[in-house]
Amino acid sequence: MARYATDMRVNVLYFGTLKDLFALPHEPLDVPDGATVETTLSLLRARTSKQSEVWRALAVAVNREYAGPATVLHEGDEVALLPPVSGGTQGRCER
Amino acid sequence: MRVELGTAIIPSAQVLEEMKGSTDGAVCVFDGIVRDNTCGRMTLFLDYEAYEEMALSQMRVLAAEALTRFPIRDVALLHRLGRLEVGETSVLIVVASAHRGAAFDACRWLIDTLKKTVPIWKKEHFADGVVWAAGEPFPDEIVAARETRETHE
Repeated sequence: MARYATDMRVNVLYFGTLKDLFALPHEPLDVPDGATVETTLSLLRARTSKQSEVWRALAVAVNREYAGPATVLHEGDEVALLPPVSGGTQGRCER
Repeated sequence: MRVELGTAIIPSAQVLEEMKGSTDGAVCVFDGIVRDNTCGRMTLFLDYEAYEEMALSQMRVLAAEALTRFPIRDVALLHRLGRLEVGETSVLIVVASAHRGAAFDACRWLIDTLKKTVPIWKKEHFADGVVWAAGEPFPDEIVAARETRETHE
């Protein structure tokens, strides 16, 4: 069956340190049809030149629900990249 | 159940009084306030930001879950956003219960879980710089990416 190579558009939201890294709070992003959370993260990560600790343990929410790496995205999804939330240090200091 | 997220000052004493009911024998309060330093580095103020719609729904889920997990009567869960000065309340949790044990347990569970799963971040403005506070690692069940693989496809 003849088929056009399709992209779909999702809206990516950045929070915390990621907002600084990408220098914007949100943007539309074209991803391949059938893209997952994991493939979307790979696309975005490839765009950032500098290494950032933030990729080490990131959570993603799709349409405001936490979503695992294998979650399949759909046209118009709201995909939020969430760095670790602001927990207290529990008395632990690095130095 | 009272769950709020916003920039207004949290009236801790007032919320506490309003949470007391005649069947309660205990009201346990966690009042999280802005400290004047992090590990000795002097803090000027904090900026809190949230993924607001999700944070509010997560807070509601947590409050409801506390009510089913613990034998308590009622829960208040309030978090403030925006610029907070030293000494101001950033998060207030009040648990009302017939008995103190459950109130303490639920209060502790609520703050520990909130700090790991509710999408709220704080930017610390120090006398000598600005940083996003390092967060707690997400629980395994909600982490989407972990840099454990050494190989790249």
